[in-house]
Amino acid sequence: MSEEKHHIVSYRTHAFVLLALLVLTGISVAITQLEMGPMNTLAAMIIAGIKAAIVLAWFMHLKFESRFFAFMVSAVVVVFLLVLLVTFFDYSYR
Amino acid sequence: MTVHRDDLGDKMGMWLFIFTELLLFGMLFVVYAVYRSMHPEAFKLGGDELDVVMGTINTIILLISSMTVAMSISAMQKGNKKLALTLLTITLIIAVVFLVNKYFEWGAKFEYGFNPGAPELLELGPGTILFFGLYFIMTGIHALHIIIGIALFIYVFWQIRKDKIHQTDYVWLENTGLYWHLVDLIWIFLFPLFYLIH
Amino acid sequence: MSEANNAHNVSYLEYKGQYKGLFAWIFSTDHKRIGLLYLYTMLLFFSVAAILGLLMKTQLIAPGYTIMGPQTYNSLFTLHGIIMIFIIVVPGLPAVFGNFFLPIMIGAKDVAFPKLNLLSWWFYIIGILIVLTSQFMGDGPPDTGWTFYAPYSFRTPTNVLPAVFGAFVMGFSSILTGINFVVTIHRMRAPGMTWFKMPLFPWTLYGTAWIQILATPVIGITLLLIIAERLMGIGIFDPALGGDPILYQHLFWIYSHPAVYIMILPGMGAISEIIPVFSRKTIFGYKAIVLSTMAIAFVGYFVWGHHMFTSGMSGRALYAFSFLTFLVAIPSAIKVFNWVSTMHRGSLHMQTPFYWAVSFIFVFMIGGLTGLVLGSLATNVHVHDTHFVVAHFHFIVFGGTGYAFMAALHYWFPKMFGRMYDMNWANLGWGIFFIGFNTLYLPMFYLGIMGMPRRYYDYLPDFHGGNIVSSLGAWVMVSGIVIIFANLIRSARHGEKTSDKNPWGGKTLEWQVDTPPTLENFEEIPTIVKGPYDYED
Repeated sequence: MSEEKHHIVSYRTHAFVLLALLVLTGISVAITQLEMGPMNTLAAMIIAGIKAAIVLAWFMHLKFESRFFAFMVSAVVVVFLLVLLVTFFDYSYR
Repeated sequence: MTVHRDDLGDKMGMWLFIFTELLLFGMLFVVYAVYRSMHPEAFKLGGDELDVVMGTINTIILLISSMTVAMSISAMQKGNKKLALTLLTITLIIAVVFLVNKYFEWGAKFEYGFNPGAPELLELGPGTILFFGLYFIMTGIHALHIIIGIALFIYVFWQIRKDKIHQTDYVWLENTGLYWHLVDLIWIFLFPLFYLIH
Repeated sequence: MSEANNAHNVSYLEYKGQYKGLFAWIFSTDHKRIGLLYLYTMLLFFSVAAILGLLMKTQLIAPGYTIMGPQTYNSLFTLHGIIMIFIIVVPGLPAVFGNFFLPIMIGAKDVAFPKLNLLSWWFYIIGILIVLTSQFMGDGPPDTGWTFYAPYSFRTPTNVLPAVFGAFVMGFSSILTGINFVVTIHRMRAPGMTWFKMPLFPWTLYGTAWIQILATPVIGITLLLIIAERLMGIGIFDPALGGDPILYQHLFWIYSHPAVYIMILPGMGAISEIIPVFSRKTIFGYKAIVLSTMAIAFVGYFVWGHHMFTSGMSGRALYAFSFLTFLVAIPSAIKVFNWVSTMHRGSLHMQTPFYWAVSFIFVFMIGGLTGLVLGSLATNVHVHDTHFVVAHFHFIVFGGTGYAFMAALHYWFPKMFGRMYDMNWANLGWGIFFIGFNTLYLPMFYLGIMGMPRRYYDYLPDFHGGNIVSSLGAWVMVSGIVIIFANLIRSARHGEKTSDKNPWGGKTLEWQVDTPPTLENFEEIPTIVKGPYDYED
C-alpha cells in the first residue's frame, strides 16, 4: 500500500528554508527593540505566523502532501482563533 | 493476522496527534492573552527580566535542528543511512544543548526568586506572578516535549541502525520529524511572546 | 495456524491467540474484544455510580439528615459525577459500539491502529484506578463536584489531586480513540463505500472523533493547571495571586461542552441505525443527518459560555453565547424530524431496540427543549444551579446517551454474543425503567423552578412533596436497571444460541457477517454498491 510517490526535498531547499527562518528571527528581534507600542506585538506575531507557515509547508512537507492535510491544519487554526475570539467577547467587555 | 501497512494513515494519525498538542498549547496561549490584556505593564517588565540573547540562541539552534531532522528524512529517502544517522545525531545534540541552556536560564530565575511561590515574586504583584507562572508552565511543558523528542530520536536512531527503518519504510522517522517540528512551532510563538515584549 | 483456529471461520469469542484466559482479553488488540472490555468496565462502574445516585435520592426523601451528612453527600455527588461523566458517557458508545462495529460497518478488518486501541483501554483503566485512590487516601474523598471549579478545588483539603490526575490520564484514552477512528474512517472504508454511502453511526463517530481530538487537550491542560496550582501555587486561577477563576470556567467548559456532544452524537448515530431497520424504510434525509452531525460538532465547540451565565462574564459574551446556543439547537431538531419522518408510513416492528429508540426521542426532546429554557438569558438566571439544571442534563446525558446506549446494546447484542436475550424480560425492564426515569426526573424540573438549589443534602420543607415522588422514582428506575442487566448478563452466558446473521433485517454490513463475527470479520472485503439503508427493492 505504500507505493505512493514520495517527494524528496533537496538539501539545498532545506538550507534555504533555514536561512529564511533565521533572517525572519533576526528581523523579529530587531523590530521588537524599536518603540512601536502595541504594533511591536502585532509585528512579532505576523513574523511568527510567517515562520510557522514556512515550517509547516517545507519542513513538515504540507506543500507536498495531499491537499487534505493542509485543509485540516487550516481548520484547526481557524477553530483555535475562533476560541480566542469568543473568549475575548468576555474579556474585552468586562 | 496479516500485517496492515498504511504510511499515509500513520502520518495522518501523527498529524491528528499534533493537533491535540497545538490545542493544548493553544489554550495556554489563550490564558496568556487574557492575562496580558489585563496586565500589559507587568508583562512588559517581566519580559525585560528574560535573557533575549539566551532566547535568541535557543531559537536559532532549534531552527537548525528542525532543518537537520528534515534533511535526515531526505537522506533516508535517498538511501543514505550514514548521513541520516549523522543528521539525527546533530539534532539530538542540539536538543540536549537547548535543555542545558534552559537549565541555566531557569536557574538564574530561581536565584532571583521568580519561581512560583517565592516570597520575592509574591511582592511584585499579580501581573508579574502571572507572567512568571505562565513562563514556567509554558517553557516547562515545552521542555518536557523536548525530553520526549530526545527519547524518540534515540529510539529512531537505534531502529535505523538495526535497519528496521530503511529507505522504503521510514514512517517512524517522518513522524518523529513531524513531532520535532511541532516542538519548534511552539517555540516560534513562545519566543516573541515572552522574550521580545517591549 | 491449524484449520480449527483459522481467523476466517472461528468466532472472535473462541479464537485462541497468543495468550490464555483473562490475558487473552486484556492483551487482545482485536477491536471486538476491546469493545467488550469497555462494556464490562462500564457496566461495573455504572452500577456503582447508580447506587451512589440511589443513596443520594434516598437522603433527599426527607429534609435534614436522613442517611448521611453534608460532607458525605458532597463526596457522593462528586464521585457520581466523575464516574458517570469521565468513565461512562464520555467513552460511552464510541468505546463500546464504535470499537466493536465501526470496522465492521465500513468493511474493515480492524481499526487503523489496533495496538493504540488496546493502549487506549489501558489508559482508561489506569485512569480509573488513579481516580479510585482518591476515595481511600489520607484526606478524604474529593468534594468539589465533577467540575473541579477554581478556587475551591485547590483550597479544599480533600484528595482532589488523584481525581484530577486520573481524569487527565483518561483524556489520553479519549484522544487515542478519536485519532484511531478518524484514520480508520479515512483510510479503511471498503472499496465502493464513498463518504455518502457510509452508514450514519460511523458518520457520527467521525464527528465525535474530531471533537475528541480538538477538545480533550483543553481539559488536559486545564486539569494540569489545577494540579500545578495545588502543588506549586502558580496563581493562574487563584484570585489571591491575581488569577481569574472565571477563566478556569472558560477553559473547563471549552472542553466540557463539546464533551456533551461527544456523549450524544454517537447516541444519535445508533438511533439513526435502529429506526430505519425497525421501520423497514430508508432513513429520511440521510444527508441532512450527516450535515447536521458535522454542524453540531462544529458549532457545539463555541457555545461553552452558556454554562457560565451567572459567573460574572461580560454582557456581550452572554448575548453571543445565548445566540450560539440557539443555533446549535437547530441541527439537533433536524435529526428529530428525520427520525419521525422515517417512521412515518413505515412498517413498524415493535421490538425491544425500537422501544428504546422511540423512548430516546421522547426524553431527548424534553431534555433538548428544557435546554432552550436554560439557553435563554432571562430564564437561566432564575433556574441556574437549581434542580432544573440537574433534571435537564439527566434528560440529555442519561435520557439521551443512556437510552441510546441501551438501544444499541439490545440492537447489537445478538451479533456481539451470538445469543439472544429474553424479549419479554427486556421489554418489562424497559417499561419499569421508563416509568421510573420520568418519575425520578420530571419532578426535578418543578422543584428547580420553585427554587430548590442543587448540590445540597438538605432542603426547605416546601420541597418535600416533589422530592418524595422523585426518590420513589429512583427506586423504581433502579429496579428496572436490575431487571435489564440481569436479563442481559444471563442471556450473554446462557441465552438461546443463534447464528442468524440478521435477526432484525438490517441492511448495513454488520448484518452480513457471521454471528458472532470471525476474528477478521470478513472472509473477503466486500465491494459496496448500494447506500446503507436500501429498503426500496
